[in-house]
Amino acid sequence: MSRDRTPRTLGLILLALLVFGQFLPQWTLFLVTVALAKGLVVLGLMIMLRCGLVSFGQALYYCIGAYAAGMLGRLFGASDVFTLMLAGMAAAGLVGFVLGFLLARYRSIFFGLLSLAVSMILYGLLVKTEALGSTDGFHVLPSTLFGLRPADAWVRYTVLAVAVVVAFIAALLVHRYLGTPLGRLAPAIKDNEIRVEYMGASARHAIHVKYVIAAALAGLGGALAATTVGHIDPEMAYWTTSGEFIFITILAGTGNVIAPFLGALVFGVIQTVAFGISPNTWQMVLGGSLLVVIVFLPNGLWSLFRGRKLA
Amino acid sequence: MKIVNVTHGSFYALGAYAAASITGALLAKGMPPSLSYAVLLGSALLVSVIVAPLIERGILRFMYAKDEVVILLITYALFLILEDVIKMIWGVNPYFIAEPYGLLGSFDVLDLTYPYYNLILVGVAIACGAGLAWMLGSTRTGKLLVAVIHDTEVSRAMGINVDRMYLYTFTFGSLLAAIGGAFTAPTVSVVPALGVEVIVLSFAVVVIGGLGSLPGAALGAVMVGLVRSAAIHYLPQAELFVIYLVMAMVLAFRPRGLFSIAEARKI
Amino acid sequence: MAAILDAQGLNKNFGAVTAASDINAAIERDSVVGLIGTNGAGKTTFINMITGYLKPDRGRIRYEGRDITELAPRDVTRLGICRSFQIPQLYASLTAFENMLVGIGVVLRNAGRGGFFSRGRALVPGHDLPAEDVAERILERFGLAEYRDKNAQVLPGGVRKLLDIALTMVAKPKILLLDEPTSGVSAEEKFVIMEMIMAAVRAEGATVLFVEHDMEVVSRFAERVLAFYDGRIIADAAPEIALADPEVKRYVVGGVLRA
Repeated sequence: MSRDRTPRTLGLILLALLVFGQFLPQWTLFLVTVALAKGLVVLGLMIMLRCGLVSFGQALYYCIGAYAAGMLGRLFGASDVFTLMLAGMAAAGLVGFVLGFLLARYRSIFFGLLSLAVSMILYGLLVKTEALGSTDGFHVLPSTLFGLRPADAWVRYTVLAVAVVVAFIAALLVHRYLGTPLGRLAPAIKDNEIRVEYMGASARHAIHVKYVIAAALAGLGGALAATTVGHIDPEMAYWTTSGEFIFITILAGTGNVIAPFLGALVFGVIQTVAFGISPNTWQMVLGGSLLVVIVFLPNGLWSLFRGRKLA
Repeated sequence: MKIVNVTHGSFYALGAYAAASITGALLAKGMPPSLSYAVLLGSALLVSVIVAPLIERGILRFMYAKDEVVILLITYALFLILEDVIKMIWGVNPYFIAEPYGLLGSFDVLDLTYPYYNLILVGVAIACGAGLAWMLGSTRTGKLLVAVIHDTEVSRAMGINVDRMYLYTFTFGSLLAAIGGAFTAPTVSVVPALGVEVIVLSFAVVVIGGLGSLPGAALGAVMVGLVRSAAIHYLPQAELFVIYLVMAMVLAFRPRGLFSIAEARKI
Repeated sequence: MAAILDAQGLNKNFGAVTAASDINAAIERDSVVGLIGTNGAGKTTFINMITGYLKPDRGRIRYEGRDITELAPRDVTRLGICRSFQIPQLYASLTAFENMLVGIGVVLRNAGRGGFFSRGRALVPGHDLPAEDVAERILERFGLAEYRDKNAQVLPGGVRKLLDIALTMVAKPKILLLDEPTSGVSAEEKFVIMEMIMAAVRAEGATVLFVEHDMEVVSRFAERVLAFYDGRIIADAAPEIALADPEVKRYVVGGVLRA
């Protein structure tokens, strides 16, 4: 069995970003931080995709995480990055736990569109809620860290640093989870649920657990995105947002926990370029790129590094 | 067809947009409003007969061998593309095509004023449903289609032209979606979000009715429609919620929907 | 001797089809029982009911005295009753080795070992070895070592059967239900395969029920035969007696048995 190089690689990336991040221009810091936020969401989607389940509404939890962070700021003046991220994760995880009871019973199209439906319900609710700014949303307070307010020029770096550390921990934990019996059950559930049951495991329970993990990760990412972008609006729960996450998941592949972040980064670049060329055809570019990836790179970017999936 | 087809929503939107713009253009040129109903149908036909085969022959045909999740994502990608294509052709501003709706006037039932147009909608829906049922059960093509759906390999071995069957099915299915969109167009403002909304609602209908069951779909549609209208009337904020509540309740008692088709024995 | 598995008055109808009609069978510990009957006679339904995949319309099933009629398959498996399938149920996209690891992983988890918070390499209960070693061992015992790294979907039919059975051995079952273990295997190999299976299985001390259509295999390996027809058990005796029974000859064997 090959030695597991993932933790080491993750560590190297962590160090590299922390050290070199100090010298990167503001726009790069922004791009990377957003990539980390989206990467967290996609990390969760990757866990689900391994079971053969595609959530068309992961934006639900992304949005919950963002709004939780925003609300804490609005109601309690909280602006500590860590706290907001944890709050986002907790809120999303809780909702995921409750919804999981229903969703873990379904597969394939049912699962996909049920998740879409729930996220659109949230969208509808938020749009109708004047107190939360309706379609305009509201702003998030400038970030602080453990009570300290960094100088303006250092805010982005600070948020990046926190994001990198959190993403590192999350990736490491998920990597470990994927090596446990429940984690390894994913491709089995996808291939043959009857066999899984007959081995003595509950597919539904396993899916419920994975669903909650994915929800929590998405909430974490949403809170981070809210802090980085500085603004929250209902669009975060819209189906187009979920579409982007799905695209990144397919682009990245399910080979390794590093893949989602890599995919998110590449996506960020594609998005910036595409918007620069033609801002009104984004969905088309997204759809077209998704088709291209499915046909030519079915196992995602990560398969370029490795022939088979690692862990 | 055992394909989960997100593009279906796009055809609904295409039907609505095509109907709205073609009918609007012809009316402006002096077509008598009474012909607008035929034009609605014609637009739906036009748009689906042109676009559906292009998609099926051009892209989908090569993908049938793939994983069902992958096919789902492919139709989703096509949906994304078509959303923008629609925006490119028709823009983002809403279209209104009220003539077919207003032409027939309305009548009074109890307290309510009910437009005659809605009767046409119901009529078209029933005709489509009955037509589909008749086609599947009584025509040769329909029966061949059912065979293909059950097992493509055996069907091929028996000499059925499976590729052509798939083309017919996809086109016919898209036509039905387009008809739905075309005839709904006069009752709403045609906007880009139509596609997504209808997918989400259709899903509720199919889940409640049971996958693979035509009577189930019909019953599901009626239920969803009634519940939605009641919600809009009494509790507008809960409109979307209520449908999913109904869905959850139906699923709690009948996990496969109200009428589910029997599944072949697995072990 | 006390029965380890006791089915009483099992009835199961699927619409107009009677799959089980007043089935009574008490299986003794450590015995080897052959289930014979034509297709549709109710053998697999019997197994499906024991393992909880189907619930009988009437009747009860007891395992070591405990009523297991209403349990789900996963609970039945956890209690020590494992089964193999007529059509091998494998994880198509995983290799033979990975298939085994999934099964072993579940056993570990059910025993509370090898989870997220565990340290080091957990030992599989009953085998007292780490997961990978258990997988290698079982694969070897079934002669599947050379297929270790091949995806399940490319394996030849007989090999898939063996892998399906190998998967059942992971949990060290007390009762093993084998549904047509030698179907899809060539005539010459049937005996060899059956010897291999029985040696591997009996070494663990398990009670075995196997469904079989080849009467020579049945008479060679079974201590007792249950003959099914039309949802009923028409004979319950040692092979020599059961196979000579006129009803069995008529409905199951079909003519004279060549010894």
